[in-house]
Amino acid sequence: MAYVAIFITYIFINNFILTQFLGLCPFIGVSKNSESAIGMGMAVTFVMGIASIITWLVYNLLLLPLDLAYLQTLSFILVIAALVQFVEMIIQKNSPALYQALGIFLPLITTNCAVLGIAIMNITEGYNLMESFSAGIAAGIGFTLALVLMSNIRERMDLHPVRKAFKGVPIAFISGGLMALAFMAFDKALLTNLLG
Amino acid sequence: MATERMQVLTKGFFKENPVFIIMLGLCPTLGVTTQVINGIGMGLSVIFVLVFSNIFISMLKNIIPNSVRIPSYIVIIAAFVTIVEMVMHAFAPSIYQALGIFLPLIVVNCIILGRAEAFANKNTVLDSFLDGVGMGVGFTMALTLIAFIREVFGAGTITLVPMGGFDGVIEIPLFYTYPVRVLTLAAGALLLMGYLKAFFEWNANRKRG
Repeated sequence: MAYVAIFITYIFINNFILTQFLGLCPFIGVSKNSESAIGMGMAVTFVMGIASIITWLVYNLLLLPLDLAYLQTLSFILVIAALVQFVEMIIQKNSPALYQALGIFLPLITTNCAVLGIAIMNITEGYNLMESFSAGIAAGIGFTLALVLMSNIRERMDLHPVRKAFKGVPIAFISGGLMALAFMAFDKALLTNLLG
Repeated sequence: MATERMQVLTKGFFKENPVFIIMLGLCPTLGVTTQVINGIGMGLSVIFVLVFSNIFISMLKNIIPNSVRIPSYIVIIAAFVTIVEMVMHAFAPSIYQALGIFLPLIVVNCIILGRAEAFANKNTVLDSFLDGVGMGVGFTMALTLIAFIREVFGAGTITLVPMGGFDGVIEIPLFYTYPVRVLTLAAGALLLMGYLKAFFEWNANRKRG
């Protein structure tokens, strides 16, 4: 049950983009067409899942026993940067097709605040290893959901007349705001109603 | 020479404002701006990190090998972010609480890595220092503006630092009774950012004629 709650929380209630403002740069930058939105979303979900596990292990098996918890930020960002590089190399070698699809997005992920965000959140929420992994995957799915919805809206909007000053980024922000209003329908009450 | 220096300093204020024109560092811009004091606190932290990382990267630009420059920059930036985190935790615990996760996330704020890559590794220490101050001040001004609009209209207050008999909260009469609550929510931040960006686009178009 706890895992269902984590999934619902991170996909809908605390959607990373629409309520927490983590990962806004790709939300505006990579949402121009739905193909790249799906590619970016998949790459982020993948990295967030693995990063959640590794940063959890680093924090609990390395930093805590050595009494170095203040190095959290520094070590997490290094682990994430190394991980992204490593994932990129593995995908490039073993699955050229996947690399074609995700390759250009991988370098962008190191500086995506959603990845470091979930790693830090797992620690502050006190999740165990499996819960951290679930939270990472769920937050990635939530990110993908918002990104894909946004890209569909923007594709539609290209066909409609928009005032010159609002073209591009401004109207994207405003659509994002309206989407966030819709996502406010998902709140903590929903979770208690669903799971008791 | 002096005017060039001035330009390095002031270009971040308006002409290349990191938030409204270059559109970098958007996550904290919208995430922490529910109260004016949070916007200022975030801005000051970014100024500190940006100035020192720019200075150090510019000093070390001939020592760091080109192929490992990005990881090296990240380590330098993360070290200064850790310093800010510890200082804030000790001396301004309420702002530390309010900024929450966005404080460690300064590490991945694209403005800082962006300035390191685009400016500090090509220019002198003094220019990099000025660039850091300029960009940081531009960022702080943008954050303060957004926070001001959101707090005044959304909650009817302006929260500053409590001093002496003053508790740090100014109440705006009309808006305090009838606040536009949506502005303090996530959705309001995105809407406001859209309208502000449209305003700056309109302004730029108007100047171009």
